[in-house]
Amino acid sequence: MGIRGSVFAFYSLQAERKIAMRLVTFKGGVHPPDGKHWAKDVPIKPVLPKGDLAFLLSQHIGAPAKPLVAAGDRVLKGQKIAEAGGFVSSPVFSSVSGTVKGIEKRFNAIGTRGDAIIVENDGQYEEVDYPEVRPIDEMTKEEIIKTIADAGVVGMGGAGFPTHVKLSPKEPDKIEYIIANCAECEPYITTDYRRMLENPEKLIAGLKVVLKLFDNAKGILAVENNKRDCIEKLEELTRNMQRIEVVALKTKYPQGAERSLIYATTGRTINSTMLPADAGCIVDNVETLIAIDNAVNNGRPVTERSMTVTGRAIKNPGNFLVPIGMNQSELIEICGGFKEEPEKIISGGPMMGFALFTTDIPTTKTSSCLLCRVHDIISERPASACINCGRCVDVCPSFLVPSYLADFAEHRQAGEFEKWHGLECVECGCCSYTCPAKRPLKQDIASYKKDVMAMIRERKAKEAKQADEAAAKKEGGADK
Amino acid sequence: MNDMIHVSSSPHVRSRMTTGRLMHLVIIALLPTTIFGIYNFGAKAAVVLLSTIISSVLTEYIYQRAMKKTVTISDGSALLTGLLLGLNLPSTAPWWVGVLGGVFAILVVKQVFGGLGQNFMNPALGARCFLLISFTSIMTNFPQIGDSAATPLAALKAGEAVNTRDMLLGFTSGTIGETSTIALLVGAIILLWFEVIDIVIPGLYILTFLIFIVIFGGHGLDPTYITAQLCGGGLMLGAWFMATDYVTSPITPKGRIIYGVMLGVLTGLFRIFGSSAEGVSYAIIISNVFVPLIEKYTIPRAFGYRKGGKKS
Repeated sequence: MGIRGSVFAFYSLQAERKIAMRLVTFKGGVHPPDGKHWAKDVPIKPVLPKGDLAFLLSQHIGAPAKPLVAAGDRVLKGQKIAEAGGFVSSPVFSSVSGTVKGIEKRFNAIGTRGDAIIVENDGQYEEVDYPEVRPIDEMTKEEIIKTIADAGVVGMGGAGFPTHVKLSPKEPDKIEYIIANCAECEPYITTDYRRMLENPEKLIAGLKVVLKLFDNAKGILAVENNKRDCIEKLEELTRNMQRIEVVALKTKYPQGAERSLIYATTGRTINSTMLPADAGCIVDNVETLIAIDNAVNNGRPVTERSMTVTGRAIKNPGNFLVPIGMNQSELIEICGGFKEEPEKIISGGPMMGFALFTTDIPTTKTSSCLLCRVHDIISERPASACINCGRCVDVCPSFLVPSYLADFAEHRQAGEFEKWHGLECVECGCCSYTCPAKRPLKQDIASYKKDVMAMIRERKAKEAKQADEAAAKKEGGADK
Repeated sequence: MNDMIHVSSSPHVRSRMTTGRLMHLVIIALLPTTIFGIYNFGAKAAVVLLSTIISSVLTEYIYQRAMKKTVTISDGSALLTGLLLGLNLPSTAPWWVGVLGGVFAILVVKQVFGGLGQNFMNPALGARCFLLISFTSIMTNFPQIGDSAATPLAALKAGEAVNTRDMLLGFTSGTIGETSTIALLVGAIILLWFEVIDIVIPGLYILTFLIFIVIFGGHGLDPTYITAQLCGGGLMLGAWFMATDYVTSPITPKGRIIYGVMLGVLTGLFRIFGSSAEGVSYAIIISNVFVPLIEKYTIPRAFGYRKGGKKS
């Protein structure tokens, strides 16, 4: 941090003393322009789909869901149309009533195609009879986790990791912190912000459900300091709750990244080989906790989620409660279409989101934002030579040397890449953001990381095979 | 919808800082000492500066055109090299020495090794040392300023009295850009304010050097001696503007610390135990050569790991 940083830090410290709260943070990170003003003050509005709905079978990390319906079947809203394909998997529910047209390939946000159940909407929104809700105090921990799993709850912040898996650590007694990730550090996205303002009681109820599962845990609502109104609201609501605390985070990207968040709130550190549970933590996003509340306290499965549609190109940016499966082109129509021709459309935020080549993609459990930008700055600034300035090193939250890792990636030097801890990259993009030579560092590192990980898996498999063979030989020798 | 919609890997935003902007900020930070140098040494200094700048930029242009590479003179790095080289020459140097230096800096030290970002040695300093060895008498022929033609450091080494007030302000003899400590510090503040450089390398360089001369200088804590050593010679110019050269300094956080300390020790060694009164240039280029080795042994430990690569 230079002089300017210190001066600014001093003044902001003076300003922050007023709220009498300790701000916690991590080392590294960047301050991209936040762009939240576009949609921040627009309340979440429920929307209804017009066209067909497409329910991707793989909306989560793990095995794809297995379809339970076939072409011609009539389905109701809230009906399970695909079941979990394993333990690390999650079921899918219809968000409308209508007729199944079949299973077709559909593009997802990352540009690959996956199987999706296509449902023709009859506009009736006829619902299934939801199972009777039992008071949470009468349920066992296993029943609560099963309810969450059966409702199709996954990490809705973007990762899509099945929540019931996260809630089933090996040693539940060692979980000491349940961290509600209310950071929303990605620029432009305002869904969590609106959720905290409009449904704070649901968020807290969701957190309480998770606390119910872990007797030794304390709940932390970790909110970035640029959302003071949310901090105040949550503090007011949790004032008399012994087990829940509101923590203000310094506004900095990637404050909401799991490893950064755990470090900021608890001072504990984890690396790529560990799970948050290894540090006694479980981290869940706002939307996920609300889904947990819906599942356990209302008996409702995941059929909708809040989403931000924003950017300079959008006529009326806003936040919406979007049925899962709804075509995202319809969302743009609902916002009044484009005010200006978009040059780039992103699913998610500008730091980690995916650029789309079409908006003809279905909404999934992990869709958080549709960002339509008029200018694509990337195409205007071609990469030039690295001048070794070290800015990427200063901002890397994993303490890596991104410029060298990108160089190793370019020259396919797997050994060096591993030696300089390339596998620890969290792909936050701070290095690419800050690079004065505009080098696509994150892109180079992230793509090569996958290759190196595959190589390591191969190497380990080979070693295991050799060890097995050696053991078999030895046994055979002993028999003789 | 537009069929020419852009698709690229995240992140989709970039900071406003560019290589060109960084170079221009360094050039702006060098302006106070450049202007003072021309004021102190007269029009001859401007001729020397022009000869190095024009030759550096032209060499880069001609080389890149001849090699059919993209011409990158607009990023300001060749201009900066020329300016730094000029500030490291005495105003009495003939114009052809400046031209020779500029060509050497860009062609031999920078472009032959692959251009911007690939040189292992600071081009301006490499060229200065080349000139210093080839034309020793020209390079050490300093003009008369005030009462003495000797540089304050040479006078100090000879055991003569020096005027520390003149040294702070810069009314002494020396190379064009090194005399005014105040002007150089104004530049340093500009660099720090715009976060062009980090304080670690120059801070540790100066601090280590200070400790070194207190211990080995033979004058203990004598304030005149210390001030003269800090303000004299190329220490301030070297520490703030050349030791901080990105390309030739370590990128690892621990490496930056080792590099800063190494510079301080080497400069102290050369100044106190060497035959010459000055040692900044040699200290920096020798340390430049050690950078790959320093980096090899200072690979930062990734977040979430304890010492020895163990999980935390």
